[in-house]
Amino acid sequence: MTETRVKVREAKPAPVSPPSHDDRVDRVFVIRPAPRWPHLDLAELWHYRELLLTFVWRDIKVRYKQSFLGFAWALLVPVFTATVYVVIFGKFAKFPNANIQYPILVFSGLLPMQYFTSALTLSSTSLVTNVNLVTKVYFPRVLLPIAGVLVPAVDFMIGLLVLLALMVRYSEWPTGPEFALAPVFLGLAFVTALGIGFLLSALNVRYRDVPYAIPVFLQVLPLLSGVPYAVNEIPQKWQWILSVNPMTTVVSGWRWAILSGPAPDPAKAAIGIAVAIGLLVAGLAFFRRSEPRFADTI
Amino acid sequence: MAVSISAEGLSKRYRIGELQAGYGTLRESLARSARRLTGGLHHQHHHQDIWALRDVSFDVPTGQVVGIIGRNGAGKSTLLKLLTRITTPTEGRAEIRGRVGSLLEVGTGFHPELTGRENVFLNGAVLGMRRREIQRKFPEIVEFAGVEKFIDTPVKRYSSGMYVRLAFAVAAHLEPEILLVDEVLAVGDAEFQKRCLGRMQDFGASGRTVVFVSHNMQAVARLCERTILLDNGRVIRDGPSPDIVAYYLQSGHGTGSFREWPDDDNGPGDGVARMRWVRVVQGDDTVDTPDVRRPIGIEVAFRVLRPGHALFPKVKLFNGEGDTLFNVLDTDPRWHDSAPPGDYVSTAWIPENLLNEGFVTVDVGIVSLGAKLQPHTGEYQAVSFHVYDPGEGDSARGLFGGQLRGAIRPLVEWTTEER
Repeated sequence: MTETRVKVREAKPAPVSPPSHDDRVDRVFVIRPAPRWPHLDLAELWHYRELLLTFVWRDIKVRYKQSFLGFAWALLVPVFTATVYVVIFGKFAKFPNANIQYPILVFSGLLPMQYFTSALTLSSTSLVTNVNLVTKVYFPRVLLPIAGVLVPAVDFMIGLLVLLALMVRYSEWPTGPEFALAPVFLGLAFVTALGIGFLLSALNVRYRDVPYAIPVFLQVLPLLSGVPYAVNEIPQKWQWILSVNPMTTVVSGWRWAILSGPAPDPAKAAIGIAVAIGLLVAGLAFFRRSEPRFADTI
Repeated sequence: MAVSISAEGLSKRYRIGELQAGYGTLRESLARSARRLTGGLHHQHHHQDIWALRDVSFDVPTGQVVGIIGRNGAGKSTLLKLLTRITTPTEGRAEIRGRVGSLLEVGTGFHPELTGRENVFLNGAVLGMRRREIQRKFPEIVEFAGVEKFIDTPVKRYSSGMYVRLAFAVAAHLEPEILLVDEVLAVGDAEFQKRCLGRMQDFGASGRTVVFVSHNMQAVARLCERTILLDNGRVIRDGPSPDIVAYYLQSGHGTGSFREWPDDDNGPGDGVARMRWVRVVQGDDTVDTPDVRRPIGIEVAFRVLRPGHALFPKVKLFNGEGDTLFNVLDTDPRWHDSAPPGDYVSTAWIPENLLNEGFVTVDVGIVSLGAKLQPHTGEYQAVSFHVYDPGEGDSARGLFGGQLRGAIRPLVEWTTEER
């Protein structure tokens, strides 16, 4: 402490150089009352891309800091959940499995579901957990929920290793060119989480009920998305009802792409995709509309 | 002349409910809506509006260093939040030409779990620096902060001094064309504050535009060529700093010899201690113009809410020119131990015949002593008074009728022999 103090007195700050004339010199910011329906400034988002990556990098760094098992949690959580599902639903309840080995059916469904769970939780609390940033510095606030849905992708990648091991163990492999569609279904999970994340994070600024409501919803979601069973083997009526939930399409589509599961019904998938896009548009609109008041109400 | 900032009629309105509750629960909101439905139109205007800023207009030419002063709640922070785009105005507009850097606190976004190195990159990015730029300046930043040895240690293990130095080092290496700064100089020890001020001075000298919000009148008078005085959300004076600072201090804008926070929850404080009232006393009376020949008491009433801190009260006196007269803390050994929760009233007795005649403002604070003084509550310019000498020949003025110059005017003992 004393040593560094001595150093401080010696260290001279670099002289402040005259303003450099870079590309931002002629930028003029206009400050005015918020428009009723603000549009998303994509050029501005691009300008802030490095900050987005910095947020993602920070959250990944911090995620398992000071936890003894660290990133092993990214393996343990889905493995533990899958084991419970396999025993309860597979052994006792004998859920329909569409001729896929039950453990791999469950685990392949759980992976995108766990991603969705983390993404939704992180993004919907993102504004409130970063309250010190929101009240002290300007940046497009959408960066925070976006970072929230990007961060758990790391856990997903780690979980993929377990899935690979299970695929080897049960000799379940992608069967056709639909394998190329796997990222599309993950993208659907991303879009859904982002849409709800926008909505809930903005809502959470005003109403701190959100963190209480989310777990309730997320606990039943796997059962409503076909994680412990194959959706196409339940009654048609219920299939239609469940198709409103985009995660149903994610789970069945992802299984179809990477395993030998049956193809999702295009009509039902279309409903799921439409709902996801609707959520994204509505969520973003609500977020942008509330954004000017975040710093005042948070 | 090029103009960096031009503001026209900037106004910001808060709903009073928003300010107090901050956020509510969904239930309250639903209940409110239900009341509105059942109660008809009667409840429509039950909220109250507060204009935190009203019709503020000014231009800042490129390269000017401008100070913004005013008492708490005058609208300084709101103005800064509008200019930094943290929040939007209710009315009016402003144009800012050039790359803006804003500094509303040091170490915005610092994460305790991350190392010093990681936080430099994080904080730099948050303040608007490019990754390449941070990389280039990294060695300089670390050297400036003097934390080379600890750069790969999580900042939660830093002493508060190291933490603030590292945070400030990042901020000091920002190179915007327009710098908007709030009260960042309120942290750290005197030496650190001096370095911050020096850095700001360099900034101004290099042709950058600086807007500096502060309670530190000395700093404003020294750094800024021009000062804008806000009161109640409006610009009430705008001109050369020495004039405005002197006007502000001497008019004691709203500051009197008694200041009270009657609502228990509204006094300044951090959950450890909270202000209740401050007053200037002589004997038992609150006085605006204390007699220089009698001790002057600064009575500080505060409530300790949480035990575990060795707290003590502290007062700081300034004269009408904004110079610090002195800074004094209660050295009573009772404060060496953690103060139990409860209400306290401490009075700092300034000896008779010490202050010069004229205007004095007082900052008060309740602080605890760690690696540095940590403020728990406090108020800048909490009270002010005017030292008065009735001129009866028994003060340091003797029978001299005029004003004796000087920061203090002690009654010194003279001895004279004939030899």
